[in-house]
Amino acid sequence: MRLRLLVVVLAVAVLALGLFFPWVKTPVLVALANGLAVSGVIVLIRAGQVSFGNAMFACLAGYGTAFMAREWQLDALLLIALSCVLAALAGAIIGFFIVRYRGIFFGMLNLALSMVLFSVLGKFGAVTGGTDGLRFDRPTLAFVHFEREGFETALLVLALVLSIGAGWVVQRYFASVSGQALAAIKTNETRLEYLGISAKRVFWGGYVLAATLCGLGGSLFALTQGLVTPEMGYWVRSGELVFVAILGGSGHALGAFIGAFVYEFMKLYAAALLTGAWQLVMGLVLIVMVFVAPKGVFGMIERHLRSRSKA
Amino acid sequence: MSSLGLLSTRGVSLSFGGVLAADAIDFDLMEGERLAVVGQNGAGKTTFINICTGFIKPTSGQVFFNGADITALSPRAVTRLGVGRSFQLPQVFTEHTVRECLMLAASAVKQRRGFLLPLSQAVDANEVDETLELLQLAARAHDLAGSLPEGQRKLLDVAMALVLRPKLMIMDEPTSGVSTDEKHGLMAVLMRALDERQVTSIFVEHDIDIVRRYATRLCAWIAGRIAADGLPEAVLRDPIVIKNVIGE
Repeated sequence: MRLRLLVVVLAVAVLALGLFFPWVKTPVLVALANGLAVSGVIVLIRAGQVSFGNAMFACLAGYGTAFMAREWQLDALLLIALSCVLAALAGAIIGFFIVRYRGIFFGMLNLALSMVLFSVLGKFGAVTGGTDGLRFDRPTLAFVHFEREGFETALLVLALVLSIGAGWVVQRYFASVSGQALAAIKTNETRLEYLGISAKRVFWGGYVLAATLCGLGGSLFALTQGLVTPEMGYWVRSGELVFVAILGGSGHALGAFIGAFVYEFMKLYAAALLTGAWQLVMGLVLIVMVFVAPKGVFGMIERHLRSRSKA
Repeated sequence: MSSLGLLSTRGVSLSFGGVLAADAIDFDLMEGERLAVVGQNGAGKTTFINICTGFIKPTSGQVFFNGADITALSPRAVTRLGVGRSFQLPQVFTEHTVRECLMLAASAVKQRRGFLLPLSQAVDANEVDETLELLQLAARAHDLAGSLPEGQRKLLDVAMALVLRPKLMIMDEPTSGVSTDEKHGLMAVLMRALDERQVTSIFVEHDIDIVRRYATRLCAWIAGRIAADGLPEAVLRDPIVIKNVIGE
């Protein structure tokens, strides 16, 4: 109940931030897009697996959005939906063989695949725009033509609704049979097999969900920028998603969004105040978080809420 | 081929390099039996269990369960046919509560794994609660499985297999790692649960007192072979068993 109230308060705060401080609308949109991608990473962490290549699905969906916007001038809602399908399909195909691996092999195979995508996007300039990427015109949103500011506001509302919906789906998935079996992969795959449950199939489902969420984030990111570049799939981006998951906390979908906001605004201010050394601030914050709050910001909030309910 | 028992093997062999872990084993287990398996470390007891549950494929020979050839099946498929297994080191989900462990196990029976179907709605809660009571774990239902002492972990390990309603339960050293004082209490709970569910059982055991008290049949394993097989008292008097398994 307290968590639901927290979600409502945070959603209203995000909306108010975007509406009353227009200059932070873009960072807010980027944070929501990243939060969606990180919620996918959290799904994998639930299985005890860390992917250093999940940004490839965001990148793939982003390019899907750009291609379809340029070629077919589709509505933004349709672009998001089709891009998610693209990411889900890619997740399903890649997941087919990658779910056989665990630990460092899983993490590095994802990284390797993301770098293949990064290279292909960079080298096939005639189709992909090369390292400059692809720019596309602002599409209609719900079949309405918006000016830049109106489009950003509408996109903000849409991103917020999608984030709440995705968070609900992730939490519901965690409580489901599949989600509980996914968590069991982390602690005892042998017992799972001896219960007659296929750990690979369960993990595949989680992997496809993670890819879809990353795709959703990537598509929203592309629509926010009106531009996609291979950097979206660079391994450092995947590392950032893992960083945000640790920062926000992987125990709850809300942690992904809290982490994404903390990260985005921390980066914004650190880059402004310590230009050229903002990574130092990020590194120090991560070190402090690992020592002080290993369950992330959400873990701290959860602990606080529990202690208050006991008092 | 001679008539088959609930679990049977015919000429099952397995070698690891030059070591014969299973040497042409012909074996039949009849429904209702409580078979104890004894043998020194490295005699091939766990290897035999691994072969019977699909974890290791034999080099030659066949394994039958309930009349069906299960030699090539995976542990998952063997489990679905009705073979439950517990382990020397209990295999539980340490970050789930005891009740969640059983619920997840129970969900495997119905094969209902809707993507968003809550675990609590996918299982028969009565079945879970009954099994918790049966294995005397109800008081720890909401504790993390990882926080249980070894004896209760062993019970949970069996409970997770038992909730699948198996026809046969194979337990690898159910009392290992448990203090001498607790061993008999643990075995009494396990055997009562298996009797109540009418489950045929095999258990690997080193404690001869436990074997005498709870087994209806005994197999002594020596160097990958069944050296003696019969009523426990008769097998325990066998000079070869005394020399190679029990000690003088």
